[in-house]
Amino acid sequence: MTTLDIPLAPEAPLVEDVPITINRSVTRADRAFRFAIGSSSLVVLLILVAVLVFLTAYGWRALAAGGLRFITDPTWSPDSGHFGAMSLLVGSFAIALVAVLIAGPVSLAAALMINEYAPTRLRSVLTGVVDMLATVPSIVYGFWGLELVSNLQSSPAKWLVDHFGFVPFLRSPTPGEFVQSIFACGLISAVTIIPIITSVSREVMSQAPRDACEAALGLGGTRWGMVTDVIMPFSRNGVLGAFLLGFGRGLGETMIVVLILSKANHLTYAILGPNGLGSVAKEITENFATGSPMAKSALILLALVLFGATLVVNVLARLIVNRSQAGS
Amino acid sequence: MTTLLDPRGAVPADGPPGAGPGGPPTDAGGDRPRRPRSLTVATVLEMAGAAASGLALVWTVFTVAGISAPFGMAVCWFGAFFTIYGLVCWRLYGPILAKDRMATLGIWAGALVALFALAAVIGYVLLKGFTVVFSGFPHFLYADMSQLGGTAKVTDVGVGPAIVGTIEQVALATVMTVPLGVLTATYLVGSDGLFSRTVSAVVDAMTGAPAIIAGLFVYLLWVQPRHTAGKSGLAAAMALAVMMLPVVTRAAEEVVAIVPGSLREAALALGAPEWRVLLRVVLPAARAGLITAVILGVARIAGETAPVLFNAGGFARYNWNPFSGQQDDLPFRVYELIFQPGRVPVAAAWGASLVLVFVVLVLFVIARLLGSSQPGRSFAPWKIVRRNRGPEE
Repeated sequence: MTTLDIPLAPEAPLVEDVPITINRSVTRADRAFRFAIGSSSLVVLLILVAVLVFLTAYGWRALAAGGLRFITDPTWSPDSGHFGAMSLLVGSFAIALVAVLIAGPVSLAAALMINEYAPTRLRSVLTGVVDMLATVPSIVYGFWGLELVSNLQSSPAKWLVDHFGFVPFLRSPTPGEFVQSIFACGLISAVTIIPIITSVSREVMSQAPRDACEAALGLGGTRWGMVTDVIMPFSRNGVLGAFLLGFGRGLGETMIVVLILSKANHLTYAILGPNGLGSVAKEITENFATGSPMAKSALILLALVLFGATLVVNVLARLIVNRSQAGS
Repeated sequence: MTTLLDPRGAVPADGPPGAGPGGPPTDAGGDRPRRPRSLTVATVLEMAGAAASGLALVWTVFTVAGISAPFGMAVCWFGAFFTIYGLVCWRLYGPILAKDRMATLGIWAGALVALFALAAVIGYVLLKGFTVVFSGFPHFLYADMSQLGGTAKVTDVGVGPAIVGTIEQVALATVMTVPLGVLTATYLVGSDGLFSRTVSAVVDAMTGAPAIIAGLFVYLLWVQPRHTAGKSGLAAAMALAVMMLPVVTRAAEEVVAIVPGSLREAALALGAPEWRVLLRVVLPAARAGLITAVILGVARIAGETAPVLFNAGGFARYNWNPFSGQQDDLPFRVYELIFQPGRVPVAAAWGASLVLVFVVLVLFVIARLLGSSQPGRSFAPWKIVRRNRGPEE
């Protein structure tokens, strides 16, 4: 190797590279623009905070009169000073729980099927179909359930009561009757939350590392082995979050419950028949328009409690889902 | 993990020795490669055999016991089929493959249940609503409800006022929501302070709020102070807007966030003011996604009943003015009709449900078609439709 003598450039006066200072003046139009987007988010914030403030203000009367008994009292009769939201809240939770228990496995199966089992060409079609299920209005589900499912489920429910009546939950509050039950509401709410759980858990599962999945298959594992040992450990939290999101949606479900549940409100654990637990959404919808000021205030407070419950569930769910996606 | 690996060939990589399923490989098939998706004649025969023997078993048991329950029989048949098929596979191929086959079966069954639910809902609404809507078509779509009651037939009534109300209320809600939502989304994407995080958190919180909250809020804010005059299409639209605002904001934020930063920065570097960057660069780039988000939001709220329940008031005749007087809309009308005695209102409710489902699903399909086009392309529905029917499909 020979070294080449490269003539250096003639000594030039060294000029320090100084970045020019940009005088970034904000024009008046841009200032107006920033003001517009800032104030619009302020408006959004105010609207949503106003919802909370208004409801709290109107519900204060019942809270002041009832105190903590508002939740613990078992009888609900606001005009005579009994604010027993207990059975209503338990009823709403029971419906959501039944819905998640039914919808969960089905949705997981649907999510796995779309991600792993379905032919590739069908995948987007199936995703679309599941999302479509989510857009059907809940009053239509409620009407469908009222006319069809509520009757169809009565004979399996009777069978359950006849043969498994010794299990505490599997009873009817009114012996011999099986429609208009918490269970029926949960069953139909399950149909409405299937798309939610399916799409969220599908999303989470699709982020499982593809190379690990293929490595599992390449080592001779079965597809089920891949699901249990690669996909599930990866997406367990996300699936849990999806279930929680479905639970939150089930808590807030209104029209299905209004249409199907019987008009009664007793604290009981039997869920397979009418005249058992009540539901927050149903109570509000049916009695708000005609109630006395105290009853209205109590119903608003009830709505606030329900909102608080869904809020906690949703925030928890979002946290879990987000963390499971971030910590991949 | 031991269940992952098929004992026929591979050695568990990370499991301790001896933790395997135990016993020698039960399959004599040797090292034939297994194709995960293959469906062989043997598989089909095994399934058919298991199904047939399951049916025979269940039918025999039910007949001998004298039980007549078609639904129970179907469930038991699936249970028997599942068990027999599992046992057959266990005997033939060993536990690991048997588990895989059973899981496949279970997953297909679960997915079919989900699909069946959709088909059942839409099918039932079609079944019940079709004759109502199409007897004397299109009378049901423009007639009003004033004839309802007495000896009226279902062909005397219609949901015209409800359709008008739904369109006007949803349009008002959209007009109220979309600019606010899009501007807020722009703000949220562009800044990362305490304020924007608060807004973001509150928007998130409201996304999952029960629908009845929105209805109560507008009732307390707007309807109650005005007594009976408060119920109107506008009040209903406000309640729907409260529902729609977080949905649109969140969706718009996602869409705006994926607009490449380089586009935005290029425009800024060329000296464009921020507002022009938003209007001429960011929003056009995000247009398809934004339109999809808005339409999906519209489809969601068009079917909401709880927010309009206390606020629209309902009206059997046409009220074209959403700003004064009670107004009908489709979900409200369905709700009203269900609770009226007699067969005619219920039949009309099915008709109204069918119209509602049709509207919502059409909106959904439009949103899908727009959403499947790439962002940044010029927006032209006919082009998108043609593109989706491309020669490769």
